[in-house]
Amino acid sequence: MSNQDKQEQNKLHGILAEFRNPKELVDAAKEVNQSGYKNYDAYTPFPIHGLDKAMSLKQSKVGWIVLLHGLIGFFGALTLMIWVMGYEYPLNISGKPFINIPIYVPITFELTVLLSAFGATFGMLFLNGLPRLHNPLFNVDRFDKASDDGFFICIEAEDALFAEDKVKKLFRDAGAANIDEVYE
Amino acid sequence: MSKTYEFVPERPLVKGDHTFGSITALISDTPLKPTPKLWYVAFGFANLLLLMMLALVGYLIWEGLGVWGLNNPAGWGWAIINFVWWVGIGHAGTLISAILYLFRQNWRTAINRFAEAMTIFAVMCAGLFPAIHVGRIWVIYWVFPIPNQMMVWPNFSSPLLWDVFAVSTYFTVSLIFWYVGLIPDLATLRDRAKSKMAKMAYGIFSLGWTGSFRDWWNYEKAYMILAGLATPLVLSVHTIVSFDFSVSLIPGWHSTIFPPYFVAGAIYSGFAMVLSLMIIARKIYGLEDIMNIDIMERMNIVMMATGNLVAFSYLMEGFMAWYSGYIYEQGIFYLYVVGPYAWGFWVLMFCNVINPQFLWFKKVRRNVTLTFMVSIIANIGMWFERFMIATASLATDFMPSSWDFYAPTWIDVLTYVGTFGLFFTFFLLFLRFLPMVAIAEVKAVMPQADPHYYESDEGEETSTEAVEVENK
Repeated sequence: MSNQDKQEQNKLHGILAEFRNPKELVDAAKEVNQSGYKNYDAYTPFPIHGLDKAMSLKQSKVGWIVLLHGLIGFFGALTLMIWVMGYEYPLNISGKPFINIPIYVPITFELTVLLSAFGATFGMLFLNGLPRLHNPLFNVDRFDKASDDGFFICIEAEDALFAEDKVKKLFRDAGAANIDEVYE
Repeated sequence: MSKTYEFVPERPLVKGDHTFGSITALISDTPLKPTPKLWYVAFGFANLLLLMMLALVGYLIWEGLGVWGLNNPAGWGWAIINFVWWVGIGHAGTLISAILYLFRQNWRTAINRFAEAMTIFAVMCAGLFPAIHVGRIWVIYWVFPIPNQMMVWPNFSSPLLWDVFAVSTYFTVSLIFWYVGLIPDLATLRDRAKSKMAKMAYGIFSLGWTGSFRDWWNYEKAYMILAGLATPLVLSVHTIVSFDFSVSLIPGWHSTIFPPYFVAGAIYSGFAMVLSLMIIARKIYGLEDIMNIDIMERMNIVMMATGNLVAFSYLMEGFMAWYSGYIYEQGIFYLYVVGPYAWGFWVLMFCNVINPQFLWFKKVRRNVTLTFMVSIIANIGMWFERFMIATASLATDFMPSSWDFYAPTWIDVLTYVGTFGLFFTFFLLFLRFLPMVAIAEVKAVMPQADPHYYESDEGEETSTEAVEVENK
């Protein structure tokens, strides 16, 4: 409590509303989206299907990052092996050709997968801005439930349309169970 | 024309009357509660085995490969058998986490975290053997393409080098796939931990995850791509392991059936290992609602299918030996059946051909004790399969004058036993400190997770109504 009182002298980060179940959350997110807010997000313990449409999210860009890394892995592996086996250190093994593409398939495949997997993991973290040491949302005690069984929406103060009373009214009308102010 | 179809709802994946909150509590309490006494006993025992393994590996490095039972034709003995066996066990984890994910088999959520952990630790045990088998482990870096003062590069056309790339890629990808899955659950633990230490540790490893849906959106895409990458990867790894054998010219090894045969065997043994571990863990940690009998039955069906594929491969090997008219292939098959290692062949026939046939019976598939026995026998059988392939084929190759009998030394045997110490040390640490079931994923497959669940007055009632379908 006292922690939260102290926080109130800080800048307002946004308004956080809790909803009772996934359906109410999806309906509320649709409402928020249609009201024209841009800087808002839903917080859920697991991905909820249909929320992407409610929030009009575009396709994730992770795929492109993976493709780029996969191509680096593919061409990098082939270049390495052709250079080593064909030019830098040719080995005569039972008179087989020095540059022998079928022989390179397993390692090319493995390195393509390895680099793509790095791309998927680190690309996802990069797009999500993680790792992140602190988040103002953690100042709200109730927010612990977001990783358990709480369904939240936060509209941030940065949003051009943000007005505290209007946002609170919007959440109340959407049936929020709890409404909290989030301070930085 | 109109037909009336009865909509048959899938049986619920999570038994009992659970809410999101009770699932969180059920799984995340184990890592956060004080350590049970039994855990210390088990961990201490595993540590002793691990110490024994380290001592024996140290002795091997000090003294040289002569301390093992290897001899002139049989240059690959227990070490390679153990390597293939452990890698094979690992495959079930990736199969469950990646392939079943792509096929939308939601029951995987009960066991995927558990099986992936098993994969990682099994691959660690596997990787140990080829590393210590090179003889001079201090120059193991020669297998990697690193520029060096000798201006020598590895031979990229060797299956053994492919194996280096395959197994290290497999380990790395399994590890990051597992970790990506863990991030949201580590955040759950962070939010529930009471002690400062635990809060901090889980806080660091959860990377500041908030459960933001914009983050979930990228996360789900990345997870799906990782599953898509891990699927061909897992098939390629055991394929490449089988190339270690089949690219050579030894009779009994030089065979095109090896890749599918090895992959099927890997999945068979891996599912057996997951089942053995799961049956013990669900009892101790009270997870019977999540790792329930339905899940066990489905795993048994996978074991039955892959077990029969393996059995078919044995028959095919015998058939091809006869049909090829190749005398050495016929000779080696004859020696499998009646030769010096024939007892191994018949053990393997019982464990891998007869044993999976018990799983045709629903009573066996749904019986915990019988399933446990079948799974243990399957793992013994798969070890003997690799024993027959690696040792019997090598010890009796082309020229009878060069044949020799291979027998392991006590160091071979105890090093293998010691790898269980390595495996269980890590596995017990995992059970103690990490959520052993994917909390977020289990919640996502509960009926309450679907927004449509709340649309009718009584969520469940819609599912039993008859649905009218118009056919034109």
